[in-house]
Amino acid sequence: MKFFLIESCYIISASLFIFGLKLMNRVKMARLGDFLAAIGMLIAIVITLILPNVINYKWIFIAVLIGSIIGIVWARVVPMTAMPQMVGMFNGFGGLASALVSCSEYLRAGESMTTFTLTIVMLGTFVGAVTFTGSTLAYGKLEGFVEQRPVVYPLQKTINLLLSLASLGCGVVVILNPNEIISYWVVMALSSILGVLLVLPIGGADMPVVISLLNSYSGIAGMLTGFVLMNDGLIVAGTLVGASGIILTKIMCKAMNRSLANVMFGTFGKIDEAQAKGQSKEYVGVKSCTAEEVAIILENATQVIIVPGYGLAASHAQHAIGELAKILEDRGTKVKYAIHPVAGRMPGHMNILLAEASVPYDRLYEMDVINPEFEQTDVALVIGANDVTNPSARNQPGSPIYGMPILNVDKAKSIVVIKRSLSPGFAGIKNPLFENEKTVMFFDDGRAAVEQITKEVKNL
Amino acid sequence: MEHIMASFFIFILAVFVGFEVISKVPPILHTPLMSGSNAISGITIIGALICAGPKNFELTTALGLVAVIFAMINVVGGFAVTDRMLCMFKRKKGEKSS
Repeated sequence: MKFFLIESCYIISASLFIFGLKLMNRVKMARLGDFLAAIGMLIAIVITLILPNVINYKWIFIAVLIGSIIGIVWARVVPMTAMPQMVGMFNGFGGLASALVSCSEYLRAGESMTTFTLTIVMLGTFVGAVTFTGSTLAYGKLEGFVEQRPVVYPLQKTINLLLSLASLGCGVVVILNPNEIISYWVVMALSSILGVLLVLPIGGADMPVVISLLNSYSGIAGMLTGFVLMNDGLIVAGTLVGASGIILTKIMCKAMNRSLANVMFGTFGKIDEAQAKGQSKEYVGVKSCTAEEVAIILENATQVIIVPGYGLAASHAQHAIGELAKILEDRGTKVKYAIHPVAGRMPGHMNILLAEASVPYDRLYEMDVINPEFEQTDVALVIGANDVTNPSARNQPGSPIYGMPILNVDKAKSIVVIKRSLSPGFAGIKNPLFENEKTVMFFDDGRAAVEQITKEVKNL
Repeated sequence: MEHIMASFFIFILAVFVGFEVISKVPPILHTPLMSGSNAISGITIIGALICAGPKNFELTTALGLVAVIFAMINVVGGFAVTDRMLCMFKRKKGEKSS
């Protein structure tokens, strides 16, 4: 009877996860979806606590309390700009928890495990540990503690391959002979090192892909834990997350026109150095302008498309731009926002930042929808975006970003670029858009610039 | 063995459900989707609780308890931050929410 109750509860919570994720398809229902998924999690936790072998209540309560407090405080105080690294770190924690569960199960009952279970335990340990250390490094890179540019050194791929083979070998040893505890720890250590080494060569621009991929790994680690404990609830939930991570990874790769293998093992940094040698990075014929001039350009426009990039987030200009857009709209100008899929540092990041600034979400347009509109647009206002507007992606086959889908900003009748300097973006290359005869540059910090322009527009 | 096959069956079905449900999420909601699914991946809390379950204090229970802490950060933080983001989407002009 108790078994029946417990299994039913796991089924209910798995259904709530699926239904919750489904509701996330629509902006209006998404919050309910999140709530239902949380209820599903609560049910799963409560029912696990009444399992006959779970009796260590005092310590469990303390651990749950510590984790919950850290989680809730972190979630409350994190600025929206730092969302990618927080999600990245949470992925890592999920991976770590899965690795620890596999480890604990192995130490407790490794000797009596079947070959199947041992295999899963080793996989769980491996994926969990890679997820944890990889996410921690991704966190460091995004937070700025660690060098953001790709770190490359000789024999990088060979070393990674050798380490993978070594941990595979030790894993097989443990599976064949569960008493080989030392081999188990070697697998744990090697996979932890491997997580770091795999993320090291990946640059800041590719972080959206890495975060999505690690998200998927954390789900897979959970799914593997489910097989270790033979718990179907865990299997279903872990698999859902694994699938969602893979889909987002695919979308991100497509938006950058690169294969996953290319992001993970590619030589983005190297191509860019070679390019830099052959091609001058100097800009000629760049026109600089004042806030007043920008205000006049905007004043005469019927339609303005705002193209926000990470620079907008970095200078916290999202509120200022929201205000400027509102003033323009009040004067009868049509204002739209063009959101590149990799704008920001994680999938959908820019939408969140603009939503925080109370920009109505029906003004945010996806790349494919907005691109044909640039030709009929009077002003494209680019703020802190660089690589995603670079026409080289369309017309320079030698460029490292050639083939990447971009926003066709250069098709607009006039272009205003707000940027601190002419420094290159993540890809480290020159952007011919800045030299375009239709382009005027306004050099300043994003927020300061937008505030000045807003002031001038009000004065007109 | 029978149980393993049954679980494997469930796993395969979950793969299809996962791809089906998630591929329709619009780009505007990708970040909340990610943090929400991230919270769901904290389901490993179940495993952590089971490992931390026994009363006698051993290394295995200690590992379980540490896992509980990290999984809880993942679960609670993930759901809370997703809700915080989705709240912003709901907000209409001039209307403030906490």
